[in-house]
Amino acid sequence: MTALLSVKNLTVEFTTRDGIAPVIDDLSFDLAPGETLSLVGESGCGKSMTALAIMGLIPSPPGRVASGSISLAGENLLQASDTRMRAVRGNDISMVFQEPMTSLNPVFTVGEQISETLRRHQGLTRRQAKALSIEMLDAVQIPLPTRRINDYPHQLSGGMRQRVMIAMALACRPKVLIADEPTTALDVTVQAQIFDLMRAVGKETAAAIILITHDMGSVAEMAERVVVMYAGRKIEEGYVDDILARPRHPYTRGLIACVPHLLETVSAERPYLQEIPGMVPPLSDFGFMGCLFAPRCNRVETRCWQEKPKVTQITPSQSAACWNLQEAQVRVDA
Amino acid sequence: MPDTPVESATLLTLQDVEVSFTLKRSSVFAKPSLLRAVDGVTLSVRKGQTMGIVGESGSGKTTLALAVARLLPVTRGRIHMNGVDLLSLRGEALRNARRHMQFIFQDPYSSLNPRLRAEKIVREPLDRLSIASTSRRNDRVRELFDQVGLRRDQQRLFPHQFSGGQRQRIGIARAIASNPSLVICDEPVSALDVGVQAQILNLLRRLQEELGLTYVFISHDLGVIQHMCDTIAVMYMGKILEEADRESLFNTPKHPYTQALLSAVPSADLNRRNRQRRIMIPGDPPNPIHLPPGCRFASRCPQVEDRCRVDTPPLVNIDRHHRVACHLVKAAG
Repeated sequence: MTALLSVKNLTVEFTTRDGIAPVIDDLSFDLAPGETLSLVGESGCGKSMTALAIMGLIPSPPGRVASGSISLAGENLLQASDTRMRAVRGNDISMVFQEPMTSLNPVFTVGEQISETLRRHQGLTRRQAKALSIEMLDAVQIPLPTRRINDYPHQLSGGMRQRVMIAMALACRPKVLIADEPTTALDVTVQAQIFDLMRAVGKETAAAIILITHDMGSVAEMAERVVVMYAGRKIEEGYVDDILARPRHPYTRGLIACVPHLLETVSAERPYLQEIPGMVPPLSDFGFMGCLFAPRCNRVETRCWQEKPKVTQITPSQSAACWNLQEAQVRVDA
Repeated sequence: MPDTPVESATLLTLQDVEVSFTLKRSSVFAKPSLLRAVDGVTLSVRKGQTMGIVGESGSGKTTLALAVARLLPVTRGRIHMNGVDLLSLRGEALRNARRHMQFIFQDPYSSLNPRLRAEKIVREPLDRLSIASTSRRNDRVRELFDQVGLRRDQQRLFPHQFSGGQRQRIGIARAIASNPSLVICDEPVSALDVGVQAQILNLLRRLQEELGLTYVFISHDLGVIQHMCDTIAVMYMGKILEEADRESLFNTPKHPYTQALLSAVPSADLNRRNRQRRIMIPGDPPNPIHLPPGCRFASRCPQVEDRCRVDTPPLVNIDRHHRVACHLVKAAG
């Protein structure tokens, strides 16, 4: 597998009142062309920060990339100039945000906003950009695109706005599309439409997708591979089917088991949910040298408090960072 | 609370409840238009059980809940709790009824007064509803903190010093403070992180068993609904399209909307994913102000027929515990 995007030993630090905290700690992963990779974890685990680092949008100060590299098709983005990054963003890598209302500009029509991207990055004329914008709106299945292009964001429903965001993100045919919780604000039936659309358009433009989510169902639905993050660290990585069937890290296991998944057949029996006690540690604890999951872990031992867990390669495609990995038993559906 | 028999008594009944809002006229000459957020809902909730209301945003779930709690005026219909006509209550009688009927809100950030200490928030219903003597109230607050899994030394803290999950625990303690029989939970976990959701859901289940609570549980998350509820009503644009007990609804969903809704949920269960057929419903719900005649789901229904656009299908029993509002199901049954 030749990687299109390769993140190596990335560490991003934030200066806080309590000192310097590594919000992303030694993170590495590869993204192949056309692949869909998912970053999973609770809020505050560094998923969105990873996306911002790739886009070169880490707010600085207080943040800075302390070490590591992010390379897109061989080019190290961390050494790229601001001008170069501006060309990369939108053109090679683009992003769909969680809240489509706040990420669209309320005073411009959606047509103007899509055209702006095209004119800026592809150097199209006003007329060409407009024609292509209509084409993009049509591609994301917005009815009557010639009329909708003159609408302002507030005239569209949540699902339509997210379609516009996707149209805008894909207008320049990027190599990588980062979708940060793209359907969290949407209803399930609309979420299904957006996922279908992302799959179809992603396939057509051959874009690789990084899907950021906290929902294992969405991961199963959309992604081929998954990186599970906890408190800025990668704690497990592998193919989605393997991870779902045989999660090895206690956190991954908890993340799958703590959600009441919709069952195929319902019986009268209703067991209690498996809880992950506690919550994600505050930023000030991120530098801690032991395992950051230790306070919430049901398999914790002395070593976990003292040493940062070593990454164990379980199979060529699956790895996990834990001192006390769970046996590879097949998950029993609750 | 006595233990619940197999077929427990009915606690809450709703008869043909309608909640409508008058909208601002577009011009002086225009007819004032009416938005029927809840349109003719008939339901009954049995003691000690959980009635789930599921639907997409804008389906009227929250409006219905607020109406039951008498936090919104009801336009038409009747609501009875324990045989008492809730809608006719005024003044002191209404205040007394509130003791038996409490609310857990969706957003634990905006539903707690930021200037009150946690103990004061939990104590407030006791003070307001004059429950127990003043000296007993502090003991009761301590007991409530234990029950919802908060530490006693956290009593003096302010809401901003708590995490989202802990705040929701404060909201739950406040709701059960007056020993209510009915607790209305409006999306109690949707603002919380996945890891914390399970903690709150388990707490709600445990409290229900211990205190014999009856829940009206509102959520858009079908997984949560399936896990928590005994009976489920599916709402769409202010109407109930299907209502059944947990097993019938999830094992044999009848309404095309319910079927589509269930099939749209992404699943981490490999078996389910391989077996299930995705039913896509195109577009968004119609504009609630200008509702077309006939079935409200007709514009998105994959099995729509001509009569669906003309006649509104009534909610009819197809089974003892299963009601469906669809022309096609009726024909089939």
